[in-house]
Amino acid sequence: MSTPFAVWPPLTWGILVAPVVAGLLGTLAPAFGYLPAIGLTRPGLEAFVELLALPGVWVSVALTLCTTLAATALAWLLACAFVASTTALPRARPLRRLLSPLLAAPHVAIALGLAFLVAPSGFLIRLVSPALSGLTSPPLWVFPGDPFGIALVLALVVKEMPFLVLMLLAAQAGRPVERQLLAARSLGHGPLAAWSVAVLPQLYPSLRLPLFAVIAYGASPVDMALVLGPSVPPVLAVRVIELLGHPDLVHWATGAAAAVLLLALAGLAMVAWWLCEWPVQTLAKRLLRRGPPARPRVSFALPALVVPAAVGVAGLASLAVMMLWSIAGRWRFPDSWPDDLHLDAWIAAPDQLGVALLVTAGLALVVGLAATSLALLCLEAETHRSRPVPARWQLWLYLPLVVPQAAFLFGIQVLLVALRVDGSLTAVALVHLTFVLPYAFLALAGAVRTFDPRWALVGRSLGHRPGAVFWRIKLPMLAAPVATAFALSVAVSAALYLPTLFAGSGQVRTLALEAVALASSDRRSAGVVVTLLAALPMCAFLLAALVRARVERRA
Amino acid sequence: MSLVLQGVTITIEDQPLFAALDLEVRAGETVAVMAPSGAGKSSLLLAIAGGLRPPLRSRGRIYLDDRQLDGLPPERRNLGVLFQDPLLFPHLTVWENLAFALPRGLARRERRRRIEAALERAGLAGLDDRRPGTLSGGQAARVALVRALLAEPRALLLDEPFAKLDAPLRRQLRAFVREVIQGAALPALMVTHDLEDALGLDATITRLATPQSPSAADQATPRSIASARRPSSMPG
Amino acid sequence: MRRISTPVAYFVMLLLTIVSASRTQASWEEKLAAADGQTVRFNAWAGSPAINGYIAWVGDEVHSRYGVTLDHVKITDASEAVARIVAERAAGRETNGSVDLLWINGENFHALKRAELLHGPFAFELPNFRLVDTDGKPTTLIDFTVPTDGYESPWGMAQFVLLYDSAALPEPPRSTSALGDWIAANPGRFTHPAPPDFIGTTFLKQLLLDTTPDRAPLGGPVDEATAADLTAPLWAWLDEASPHFWRRGRAFPSDGQALHQLLDDGEVTMSLSFNPGEASQLIAAGRLPETVRTTTFAAGTIGNTHFVAIPASSSSKVGAEIVANFLLSPVAQARKQDPRIWGDPTVLDLDRLDAADRALFEALPLGVATLPPAALGPTLAEPHPSWVDWLEREWQRRVQG
Repeated sequence: MSTPFAVWPPLTWGILVAPVVAGLLGTLAPAFGYLPAIGLTRPGLEAFVELLALPGVWVSVALTLCTTLAATALAWLLACAFVASTTALPRARPLRRLLSPLLAAPHVAIALGLAFLVAPSGFLIRLVSPALSGLTSPPLWVFPGDPFGIALVLALVVKEMPFLVLMLLAAQAGRPVERQLLAARSLGHGPLAAWSVAVLPQLYPSLRLPLFAVIAYGASPVDMALVLGPSVPPVLAVRVIELLGHPDLVHWATGAAAAVLLLALAGLAMVAWWLCEWPVQTLAKRLLRRGPPARPRVSFALPALVVPAAVGVAGLASLAVMMLWSIAGRWRFPDSWPDDLHLDAWIAAPDQLGVALLVTAGLALVVGLAATSLALLCLEAETHRSRPVPARWQLWLYLPLVVPQAAFLFGIQVLLVALRVDGSLTAVALVHLTFVLPYAFLALAGAVRTFDPRWALVGRSLGHRPGAVFWRIKLPMLAAPVATAFALSVAVSAALYLPTLFAGSGQVRTLALEAVALASSDRRSAGVVVTLLAALPMCAFLLAALVRARVERRA
Repeated sequence: MSLVLQGVTITIEDQPLFAALDLEVRAGETVAVMAPSGAGKSSLLLAIAGGLRPPLRSRGRIYLDDRQLDGLPPERRNLGVLFQDPLLFPHLTVWENLAFALPRGLARRERRRRIEAALERAGLAGLDDRRPGTLSGGQAARVALVRALLAEPRALLLDEPFAKLDAPLRRQLRAFVREVIQGAALPALMVTHDLEDALGLDATITRLATPQSPSAADQATPRSIASARRPSSMPG
Repeated sequence: MRRISTPVAYFVMLLLTIVSASRTQASWEEKLAAADGQTVRFNAWAGSPAINGYIAWVGDEVHSRYGVTLDHVKITDASEAVARIVAERAAGRETNGSVDLLWINGENFHALKRAELLHGPFAFELPNFRLVDTDGKPTTLIDFTVPTDGYESPWGMAQFVLLYDSAALPEPPRSTSALGDWIAANPGRFTHPAPPDFIGTTFLKQLLLDTTPDRAPLGGPVDEATAADLTAPLWAWLDEASPHFWRRGRAFPSDGQALHQLLDDGEVTMSLSFNPGEASQLIAAGRLPETVRTTTFAAGTIGNTHFVAIPASSSSKVGAEIVANFLLSPVAQARKQDPRIWGDPTVLDLDRLDAADRALFEALPLGVATLPPAALGPTLAEPHPSWVDWLEREWQRRVQG
């Protein structure tokens, strides 16, 4: 235990847990009527009474629950279908690579592109107008921004499906999935049934927390909801932000109460999901007991691939149309291509977005380095422990991801204001670190934990200290996963919207904030922001790919 | 019933791993394909079962009872496959692993009866609710065999099924497998590098002609080396 | 440009010295010296590239002229900055606040002024304030019925206008009732931003002024006892029209910019703006079709002034005053009015400018879609600020409830 690595786990634990706990306390206190700084000194439930009296609050509550669960279930189904069918159809496997730009692209970038793609005057309708559809003016659909949140669910699915696919593939790695599948199929089961019954149940335990993270994000998708969510009334998370942004302090307590309600809703959604595991499991068991079909039917592997692949393509197309907008001249309905292309928006970009780009890239770089280093040092400390690391660790790791952001960021802001560091880059970087660390951990844990301990033993037998062994043997050998963890950290940091808004008091302007600000105004400038936002993480991933290639060449 | 290979080989980047193989395995007969490690014999088995993955590809034709198998997905080939590892699904009980194999369409009582009978026959009675992780190596191997048979295969493929067992268990299991194959009158194809395994199953032996061992290329048909057979009464 | 404005500055300074001779405040020259090197964090709505570009130009100018660094803190709504100022005060921060200069008017100004969170009075002492058309444009002194008392400095003029695509709509409706008829006849082609967006709220106020049986009580604070009667015709108008709105009134654009985008996309035929020059500017920027024109209601539309204010917690008050003064300079005001730059009407009285400065304005093109001042029609005064919150809440209750 007395190795130089022992200090890092507690420190990291602090970075992960302290902000969430402090943030929740800072939200709970005003919600229940106690925050002397703004004149609340009598604890009570007035804020909740006020909240429930707001017009349409119950609609917002129902919308939040329904869109969260629908998006999670749909993303989960499609992710499973995608992994099952690409496992069954090896030739479809390159499609998996298609998803990585979506993984790296921030939520708001996807939302902006998708909104233009599917709008009544959007790209898809333009493609078929007026030649095929006969439309010379946009149809009168209530979509996107529909009152049921269907467009919001769609956007969430586009963004969360690739994440769940990644998590499924990570869970599959290291298991004899191929042979288990072959064994199951040789018994007469179709590829999808074989995967769902023989493989999926083994993976599920390690997918539960990522699913809860998807639920938590789905409950609090402010940037996406602002772009294509319902507006009268909006989902609860948007109302939280509106209330907390109100100039009249009276609304703060109501906003804090709404944040607490949001927290409860996310918890409720997780419990509902957890309760649904039972009937689904029982149903699967019943199907399983029936055995394979007497005569195998046609394979559904290809059809099962179509929908998730279409979702992936929609995501990529969303990014592509925004890039096209960034260089578009006049481009009116029903033209499916701009009248002319020019670089005006890009020429104006250095003036308008230069600072934001620098701030975003700088933050991502610093936070990515810090998160990767901390994760690496903690995992290294694990290997020096005499006792195994308790499984609870993994739970704490996910804490910042399974608590909806809108529920505790207000508390963090109160804390930062009290410490007089709100609106500073340092504050934003620290809060970013809280959200980025879990991902760095996830990306690194597998590689570090399965690293053959004999390498280190060889090094120490040769007379080197643990530190030297770590730097000179382990780190170079782990360069590829370390680079991937860094790239993922950069992507997560660049995409953070709410944490940047709150910790930066709206003053630290990153590209994600600019994207939301420009969302409604000028599609060309928004296209530039989306392109930059998508390019930044892609650069990091490219760097990681180069490192990997170099390691492989050396090996 | 018979399993027939015509000019089958495995290629990587269009280079064959071994000379094209012609083979016929009749019902109740066992053929052992022998080759040193890395010669591609496991890949041959995967190719027959329908589980070969790029960059490996297979050439030639495979027939089961005059039905061409190559190109069919694994679930439509009606082959029982036994690997070195039993590959019992760790999240399912023994009973569930077996139920997973028994074809649909039987009454519940009949399903129960068949599974119990199969367990009884394999000397596994009473293990229904155990998880695979709690079984001994020999028990797991037998459950895997029973599971493969419950799916009513038309042929059996065995990939060094005894490699991971110790000597006494091996003998026991060989006897059990031989009994099963003959009892069910199935064609069985085994790949192995262990002559004892081949002999223990009364197998007809054929060797893969690999570039590394051209001398072993006794391009003979299985019939011509039937003399390699030994009396079934010989121990292991 | 420096050559033009330096004589103006001297002239104004002369005026100022005469007017404020009795005051004991630091002279403007001392302020100029003190401001050198200060950083002014200007919190200003940043939803329009045209405006952001203009503010960037102002930053360059004040830096080279006075050594003041202007930091444009881009916000999506002035209320964001107001909330922050209030929060900082609540947390006990008296100095070094995060806002030095704030683009503001109406209820946000009212809230800050009432809470005594503003620096001032400072506006009347700005050298360039003498050029403001306080007689012809009384809203430069009275913001939403609330006297500014020098706590905010005028920046630009606004009048509520309607934009329409003349290719689809040759004869636009010129009254609230005509608009209602047109909406019913052309379902799906009209909408307004969702309040509390200020364009959305202004549209409600415009409807209120046009439909209410008695305008007089609107000049005072909301009286719950009479509010229902005063607003009943407004809600009746909306109940009738909104089912024929874009997306059947089940969804609303988030702000005026989003509405302009819908007009460009052809989803709607009309848009709303608080800037009579905005249509021309958007056409020049390639963001609206060239067939778009501007109109107002024959009986008048709401007009007001937007301002800049300095929070009391700012530590760069002098620098902020320098910037506020520069924003009032003829050079800055003329550039702002240029439809190719921003197209925001000036607060200055052209008669008070010397010939060279007046020429700056006279050289400006009107813009293809901008109405000449005479054709804008009468300006209606804003209701009391308390109506803003009341109307927003009532609208939300009706639409979301």
